[in-house]
Amino acid sequence: MTYIPHTPANRQKMLEAIGVERMEDLYEGIPERFKFPDLDLPSRVSEIEIAQELQAYSEANLDTKHIACFLGAGAYNHFIPSVVDHVLRRNEFYTAYTPYQPEVSQGTLQAIYEYQSMIANLTGMDVSNASHYDGATALAEAVILALNQYRLKRKKVILSPKIHPQFREVVRTYMQGVDLEIVGDETCDVDAQTLADLADEETALVAVQYPDFFGSIEDFSALGEAVHAVGAMFCVVVNPLALGLLKPPSEFDADIVVGEGQTLGVPLAYGGPYLGIFATRDKYVRKMAGRLVGETVDSRGQRGYVLTLTPREQHIRRDRATSNICTNQGLIALASAVYLSQMGKSGLRKVAELCYHKAHYAAEEIDKLEDYSLWNQGLFFNEFVVACPQPIVEINELLLDYDILGGYDLGQCYQELQNHMLIAVTELNSKDDIDLLVSALSEVSHE
Amino acid sequence: MEFPEELKYTENDEWLRVEGDVGTAGISDFAQDQLSDVVYVEVTAAIGDTVAKGEVFGLVESVKAAADVYMPATGVITEINEALVDTPELVNSDPYGGAWMVKFELTDASELDSLLNVEAYKQSVEERSS
Repeated sequence: MTYIPHTPANRQKMLEAIGVERMEDLYEGIPERFKFPDLDLPSRVSEIEIAQELQAYSEANLDTKHIACFLGAGAYNHFIPSVVDHVLRRNEFYTAYTPYQPEVSQGTLQAIYEYQSMIANLTGMDVSNASHYDGATALAEAVILALNQYRLKRKKVILSPKIHPQFREVVRTYMQGVDLEIVGDETCDVDAQTLADLADEETALVAVQYPDFFGSIEDFSALGEAVHAVGAMFCVVVNPLALGLLKPPSEFDADIVVGEGQTLGVPLAYGGPYLGIFATRDKYVRKMAGRLVGETVDSRGQRGYVLTLTPREQHIRRDRATSNICTNQGLIALASAVYLSQMGKSGLRKVAELCYHKAHYAAEEIDKLEDYSLWNQGLFFNEFVVACPQPIVEINELLLDYDILGGYDLGQCYQELQNHMLIAVTELNSKDDIDLLVSALSEVSHE
Repeated sequence: MEFPEELKYTENDEWLRVEGDVGTAGISDFAQDQLSDVVYVEVTAAIGDTVAKGEVFGLVESVKAAADVYMPATGVITEINEALVDTPELVNSDPYGGAWMVKFELTDASELDSLLNVEAYKQSVEERSS
């Protein structure tokens, strides 16, 4: 069966139409020496040989199973129960394609519905969509929703500087070409009160992160109130795993909750694919991007699942759509749904508690060291900032000798935080790992 | 299909009821029939807004399509029909009654002359249906 629909006659006709004789004439502009260059490849090798060679390459990589990982900054090394992969690898789930046909897609649709329900529960929101690419694009979609809510009449968006720097960059990229003012994140020394003071009648959205990029936990109730007092929308960027322990953003009266879902059963895997979480209040459901699965009954009264509302962005609203993003992370959302169902409410809380307590143990021990001090004031979750005696690049290079992957160099994104390291601790870091980190840091600073 | 005689119409299938200085607008029976089941109505103009004739003041979305709704005459919005938020199906069942979308203060009575009367509108519908 041929997958090329054009017959030779078709092609001839097209060539005639553009006034060339042969297909090759189309490549005239390419210099002869580039057309069929001598590639100088080594002679072929057997499958056995190539497998061995590739294996050797892959073993040159460091991975989190063989070294102690204290790097987080938005992507975390958590335990993933084996059942997650087991379900994911069922080939019935192997399409990321939108299940438009409910009669053949009940399994996929139900899985997405379960995902939505659990995310709504976790965030305290009324409704969750069936995911975005990642946390950063989910935040960008929150901005788009807010702008549309006010029909572009409010042109100011306030971002806390303690939102993941890359998330803020993605928002700015998405908003290129829109007449919009994005403010609030000029320096990292901005608290909730300052953000509240910035909010005015021109403001469409105020967004904060919880726990923030530095790991700190803050009560945003007062900020939520202040934002609503000027009629703007309030968005909270979350680490969903932390919500196993923390009160949900609905308690701050959040209108939109977005976040990176990688912490829920998704491996680190070179930065993706990850999972963008997006949840909101009922009243904004019509303006929410992405897709949404709903529960219904068929003509015989049996329970069933269908895509509700959201393919309408392309099919029905078309040029009036507020966002045409329908692409999602169906398979990764499924992974998170399996993870959440395995953990259950108490399991998720236990994981979050383990992360919290281990991180606090690490922070206390590091703070005791002569040359290092804990930078965070007040509560934090599983990540904290340490003021270090020398550049983080140097420290991390030395830590590798101890089989430790050190923390994130905050100086990369925050001018004022040179020599500050963001350290993440998860349930996978043993006490031995942490003690090793502490002693290694101590030795490193005396070298 | 109903075409109440006392109303004015537009080529875009909006209807206008004039009572003194107050205009009431919605979409016609023909429009709702073309759209089929309406699932969502949104008035995008806010109370107090001045909306010029021909400008968009709302949106009607059905299972088949979404359509902008245009002001039949210039006016200042005084009332929005909140009932349509929860019962958009009124647009199908009662397009000239329960499904009114906005009330507004007419600012330019001369504009009314350019609207279609029932006969002209019927003819426009017939031309488009055939």
